[in-house]
Amino acid sequence: MKGSKSRNVLPGFGLSLGFTLFYLSIIVLIPLAAVFFKTAELSWSEFWSTVTNARVVASYRISFFTAFFAGLVNAVFGLLIAWVLVRYRFPGKKIIDSLVDLPFALPTAVAGIALTAIYAPNGWVGSLLAPLGVKVAYSPIGITIALIFIGLPFVVRTVQPVLQDMEKETEEAAVMLGAYRLRTFWKVILPELMPALLTGFALAFARGIGEYGSVVFISGNMPLKTEITPLLIMTKLEQYDYAGATAIALVMLVVSFLMLLVINLLQWRMNRRTVSD
Amino acid sequence: MLKKVTHFRSVVILFALVLVLAACGQGGNNAANKETNKPANEGAATNTAATQEPAKEEPKPPVELLNVSYDPTRELYVAYNEAFSKHWKAETGQEVTIKQSHGGSGKQGRAVIDGLKADVVTLALGYDIDAIVEPGLINADWQSKFEHNSSPYTSTIVFLVRKGNPKGIKDWNDLIKDKVEVITPNPKTSGGARWNYLAAWGYALKQNGNDEAKAQEFVTELFKHVPVLDSGARGSTTTFVERGIGDVLLAWENEAFLSINELGPDKFEIVYPSLSILAEPPVAVVDKVVDDRGTREVAEAYLKYLYSEEGQEIAAKNYYRPISETVAAKYTEQFKTLELLTIDKDFGGWKEAQTKHFADGGVFDKIYTPGS
Repeated sequence: MKGSKSRNVLPGFGLSLGFTLFYLSIIVLIPLAAVFFKTAELSWSEFWSTVTNARVVASYRISFFTAFFAGLVNAVFGLLIAWVLVRYRFPGKKIIDSLVDLPFALPTAVAGIALTAIYAPNGWVGSLLAPLGVKVAYSPIGITIALIFIGLPFVVRTVQPVLQDMEKETEEAAVMLGAYRLRTFWKVILPELMPALLTGFALAFARGIGEYGSVVFISGNMPLKTEITPLLIMTKLEQYDYAGATAIALVMLVVSFLMLLVINLLQWRMNRRTVSD
Repeated sequence: MLKKVTHFRSVVILFALVLVLAACGQGGNNAANKETNKPANEGAATNTAATQEPAKEEPKPPVELLNVSYDPTRELYVAYNEAFSKHWKAETGQEVTIKQSHGGSGKQGRAVIDGLKADVVTLALGYDIDAIVEPGLINADWQSKFEHNSSPYTSTIVFLVRKGNPKGIKDWNDLIKDKVEVITPNPKTSGGARWNYLAAWGYALKQNGNDEAKAQEFVTELFKHVPVLDSGARGSTTTFVERGIGDVLLAWENEAFLSINELGPDKFEIVYPSLSILAEPPVAVVDKVVDDRGTREVAEAYLKYLYSEEGQEIAAKNYYRPISETVAAKYTEQFKTLELLTIDKDFGGWKEAQTKHFADGGVFDKIYTPGS
């Protein structure tokens, strides 16, 4: 996706870059700048006490932890799904392939309500788990499930094309050189997939941090226990506390940005290594 | 990434999606949402519709009003809007259609502040209307515009318990017994929940000879018994009724009646505590909007008609306590008399209650401070 600016066959670099910047400003930067401006209404100490309030801190922990965990689960099972979809032929493959995209398209509130209905203590799955003492809906597990649902397509759709383009010959070569299957997977396939996998993970993770619609239904919204940060932002807004809401949003924004940056850096290094190797 | 295959795939997905959506639209929503073309997408949909119609001075073209209301009034206003359109048509010959938007009271207030072009607001408490006064959308004297503090109907907070009342819940102090789970929305976001909370507070004050520390202990304990904290009254009702969570729902009286009548009296029953609170959901014309759109006359008539015999009757039928004595007399069986605190007398008005209990750092926040 990153084009080099020298030696382009097609002209128009200046124009397209200009448009890109303009477009990004309108769509992304200006709204985000508004967050900064609104937050600036607060004094430094007000800002600090808002964003370090015990409830708010607890909500960061819940949001980041559940999103991270959901991202991990998605990385593992998303890879599996992508693998199955690319490497095997079986009837109904197309249907499964399209099912993967559903979480993208479904209104998140619908997903949340459906998941809650299933996982609530009187729902299909919830009623089976309840006697075992496992509480899914209205607990962090429920939040994680909602986020797994939301994040699944990100991993599958980023890994799939890379897997498709991977040359089978390298695997065959590895096997012929005496590597066992597991070793082939760890040493040959996974490193090549890693950048894509990481991107998918980062996308799913980032999406999970910000997810609101599906989570509020299943989380139970208990302060300190299952209250996610986006909900807290909404709560502040509903109390007409705009500056407080944007202050928390700002923290989310900065932390998310840093995390994505780190992941991108990691990915960049990995890319360089696989290329130069 | 884009190959021909993916196009085909998108088509399949879209098709599947339409099916899913259609199914969800029917099944997933609250039963209450079944009426016509309203809520869900309030903001966007009604906004465009509203701006399309600058009222002209011609022989009374059809007019459209937007009533921005709180969560449990859906059924009330569906019935009332129909009655009012008829009444208005008979009186002036003008067609009027009223759109409704519902949600948590605070959220609705914010939507209006943020530019939702509501002609009238009918919210859960005066505080939310006061918030709309602040940016100058509503004149400060709104509460004296209509009779009875601009509250055409009242309600109170009752307990909805499961049939047979298995946990033997009779009064507020039963709520903090062992293993009793209480469902209430979050007072920070829900108007109804603030009434719940204040009623509990008032009860505890009374029990303990006005000892505030004891009252705080009581409400803290009460919220420890809350397993799910929804953001609005309807959400809590769903949690209690559909998800089967909790032993008792602290609910608007009208919402409790509605749950029973919608879902069968064989599942739930209402318990009246020894003491509750007089909830006066107020109404107001959004001055700036009606002046811009030229809908003041009809908007004012719309709210005024709530006080008429028919309006009061509709309110009573939808389980709101009418303020008209003649109508109230007909419904004495439905509405049990009980001791009711009032916000002005017992809590010094909304402003004070709000700052003391619900503002950031207030009493309610202390409940959810670690180590309390």
